[in-house]
Amino acid sequence: MKVKESIGRRIFCKVNIFIMIGMIVITAYPLIHVLFASLSDSGALLKHRGLLLYPVGFNLNAYSVVIKNPNITSGYLTTIFVVVSGTLINLFMTSIGAFVLSRRTLRGRHFLMAVIIITMYVSGGMIPRYLIIANTLHLKDSLLSLILPGAISTYNLIIMRTNFMQIPQSLEEAARIDGANDISILFKVILPLSVPVLAVMTLFYGVSHWNAWFDAMLFLRERSKYPLQLIMREILISNSASAMSDSGTYEIGESIKYATIIFTTVPILLVYPFIQRYFVKGIMIGAIKG
Amino acid sequence: MYELRARNVLPNKKHKASILKDLRRDVWIYVLAAVVLAYYILFHYLPMYGAVIAFKEYDVAKGIMGSPWVGLKNFKDFFNDYYFVRLLRNTLLLSVYNLLWSFPATILFALLLNEIRQEKFKKVVQTVTYLPHFISTIVVCGMLIDFLADDGLITQIVKLFGGEGKYYLNYPQYFRTIYVSSGIWQSIGWGSIIYLAALSGIDTELYEAATIDGAGRLRQTWHITLTGLLPTIVTLLILEIGKLMNLGYEKIILLYNGNTYETADVISTYVYRLGLGASRRYSYTTAIGLFNSLINLILLVSANKISKRLTDNSLW
Repeated sequence: MKVKESIGRRIFCKVNIFIMIGMIVITAYPLIHVLFASLSDSGALLKHRGLLLYPVGFNLNAYSVVIKNPNITSGYLTTIFVVVSGTLINLFMTSIGAFVLSRRTLRGRHFLMAVIIITMYVSGGMIPRYLIIANTLHLKDSLLSLILPGAISTYNLIIMRTNFMQIPQSLEEAARIDGANDISILFKVILPLSVPVLAVMTLFYGVSHWNAWFDAMLFLRERSKYPLQLIMREILISNSASAMSDSGTYEIGESIKYATIIFTTVPILLVYPFIQRYFVKGIMIGAIKG
Repeated sequence: MYELRARNVLPNKKHKASILKDLRRDVWIYVLAAVVLAYYILFHYLPMYGAVIAFKEYDVAKGIMGSPWVGLKNFKDFFNDYYFVRLLRNTLLLSVYNLLWSFPATILFALLLNEIRQEKFKKVVQTVTYLPHFISTIVVCGMLIDFLADDGLITQIVKLFGGEGKYYLNYPQYFRTIYVSSGIWQSIGWGSIIYLAALSGIDTELYEAATIDGAGRLRQTWHITLTGLLPTIVTLLILEIGKLMNLGYEKIILLYNGNTYETADVISTYVYRLGLGASRRYSYTTAIGLFNSLINLILLVSANKISKRLTDNSLW
């Protein structure tokens, strides 16, 4: 096919590569800046002007302050608990929902589908949701308020259902002849064949639990139950000094802020490249169109 | 097995028996369906029912049922609210600006990325540009607050180009720019995945045929690539228009302050402040939220209708 390329085409390709390098720099530099700043000396950092191309006055003091901060430790524990148990419940609920909706013999499945799809476009709004969860269901100040309300993301449910429906019927029939009931068909036939989509769902749900803060702010009163992101909000946004160091002294180190960011963001960034190749499976547009 | 059942030809009596048989065989499916239904009733339909307090004067002691009805009073109050016009304007402007910039930017990025033929380099670009999607709103806003301070990273760069050094998040005239551009930073890579998937689905023979017919690169992009992307673009556009009034309020709540309400305060943040702040005006803010959802629904349905007529693409 390609014998000769026009000059215009060659110039375009070069320019395009420059644009992409630009994209990499714009996306990555702020993150690298945070990393270098976290490894810098607070005093030197305040005096520093311009881009940071290496840590100024390299040291790990900021990290030792962050690790010793009891708020961060308890936040970390809460977050890990919510991520693990929340994601497990997400996967279970989404799988059974997708499974039920992929059954062609279920009576009233169109009704059930409609009940579910409607919630993508209509909701009670922020306030009724708050009142129901806090007052009617009494989930206030309980970590369940961070886990149960979002147990199923309808969008993910539909993606998973589309995946389930693409599994050849014959596999299921074979299992049925061997005497399998629906539960074992779900767990022994369908889920093992759906590893890519389950991997993506684990990442999506896990990340959203890791990064969530709004519901925690609404429903939790006790500080000891705060997840990491709420603690981070105090450190990064509200700038409360007592949140930053355990002693409660006003020794606000710029580098401590950055170390906190790195310390709380890195776990996610470590997981994601492994699941990257499955991403496309999780974002199929065809899935949304009923 | 299932396929062999010819329900329609069976006489009525046997039909009933077959329903029972079906139910017995599918008993686990119904159990699972009940669990899923229970979730949707508790966490989606109960709040929808709770929205009736928009037509009541909600009293915590009396509960949702017992509170007295007030008709449309809360809605009327909102239309007469001192901030009504400002909230509506801010919501629409911030949302429309966001859509106008970030929607085409994502498509353009996907098109350019698709032209990169060095596979390894392409992978690197993808891995890096997907990253911000996984960084929490708190961290992104924390970085913005820091970078936009008097001596922050972005402020220093702005100064380099002759701008002033000040705390940019304290000035209402910059809020929309900050919100939209940081939004593009967060979402451009992630948003491009869906287009790249659609692009890889376009038949390459079309390009070869076009080359033989003498169509240049630009015309191929226009006639083949963009035509191939059209269903994806339209579907995403309808969905975007359907949530035009639902801005990412989390980010606004983290970034705005009293100085910037003039441009930054939108309907959902107002609902949050009045409803869940010190004053706890539950009924009033529920009414505002309901009004907001209604506009959203109207936008979604009309966008879908227009698209159905013009491009034959629709959500339902």
